[in-house]
Amino acid sequence: MKEKLAIIIPAFNEEESISSVVRNAQKVCENIGLSHEIIVVNDCSTDNTGNIIDGLPCTALHLPVNLGIGGAMQTGFKYAVENNFDFAVQVDGDGQHPSEQIPALLSRLKENNLDVIIGSRFISKEGFQSSAIRRTGIGWFRWINKLLLGIDIKDSTSGFRMLNRKAISIVSETYPDEYPEPEAIVLFTKNGFTIGEVPIAMKERQGGQSSIGFFSGIYYMWKVTLGIIFTFIRTK
Amino acid sequence: MKGKLREEYAIVWIICTAVLIIFSFWRNGLDVVSALLGIAAPPNMIFTGTIFAVLIYLLHLSVTVSRLQKQNKTLAHEIALLKNKDKKEQEKKS
Repeated sequence: MKEKLAIIIPAFNEEESISSVVRNAQKVCENIGLSHEIIVVNDCSTDNTGNIIDGLPCTALHLPVNLGIGGAMQTGFKYAVENNFDFAVQVDGDGQHPSEQIPALLSRLKENNLDVIIGSRFISKEGFQSSAIRRTGIGWFRWINKLLLGIDIKDSTSGFRMLNRKAISIVSETYPDEYPEPEAIVLFTKNGFTIGEVPIAMKERQGGQSSIGFFSGIYYMWKVTLGIIFTFIRTK
Repeated sequence: MKGKLREEYAIVWIICTAVLIIFSFWRNGLDVVSALLGIAAPPNMIFTGTIFAVLIYLLHLSVTVSRLQKQNKTLAHEIALLKNKDKKEQEKKS
């Protein structure tokens, strides 16, 4: 039997970019050599996103209330567990993540026998590098991860990541609601999973608004730092 | 309207009311109790007691809200997945 890959796209008010993201992912995955399904999780969008994805070649999951990106991703993970998927990859609905790199993530995951593979902006330093202030924040997470877990993840905030079956089953049970990416790394490591990174080039968002502004940036740092520490203490 | 307040919360309010009623009849009760606890000024006892009770209650509410939020999330997940299943069934039929 062919292995199954789930492409999970969380979308909140992404009417401008969502259809190109889905079509792009569809095109890339046609030649990937395993059966695939594109799952768009509509996080209770207030714009036309819901109607648009109903007309696209994908599975549409509509959340009745807004849960945040983590809650949306968890919906996708639950779907992947229910439907017996072998791999799941997250591709953001705003078009920043390069779907073209999905095969690269997949082959690296399989070759190195990893549980989680993260697409990192900061290995080859190509493409959209984010602002200096954000890179400082990412540097802080890198340091705290090294301190607590003893692993070096260059881009712990990158959502462009692929999980195998073992990792999917963990995140379908517990996953942080807001800004889940750095916390999930703690979750993975504590569960004894192996994590790798591959260099990718991200694009700047094609439309919509970042979920993180200036003041919420300060909140973000606190929330995620606390989240990392709590996850570290809580997970055995 | 009936059923607006769950029993466990009603108990809290009933106890508060009872305490207020006791002290409104027993006029020098405040002085007696604060002297017993070694608090010099009786009003300070009221403030300390009230703030303590409010903090405990707030903690309880934060725990409750966290639990409800978690349950709410699980329900939202279920609904999204069920809606999808239902749609697939409908499409199969037609």
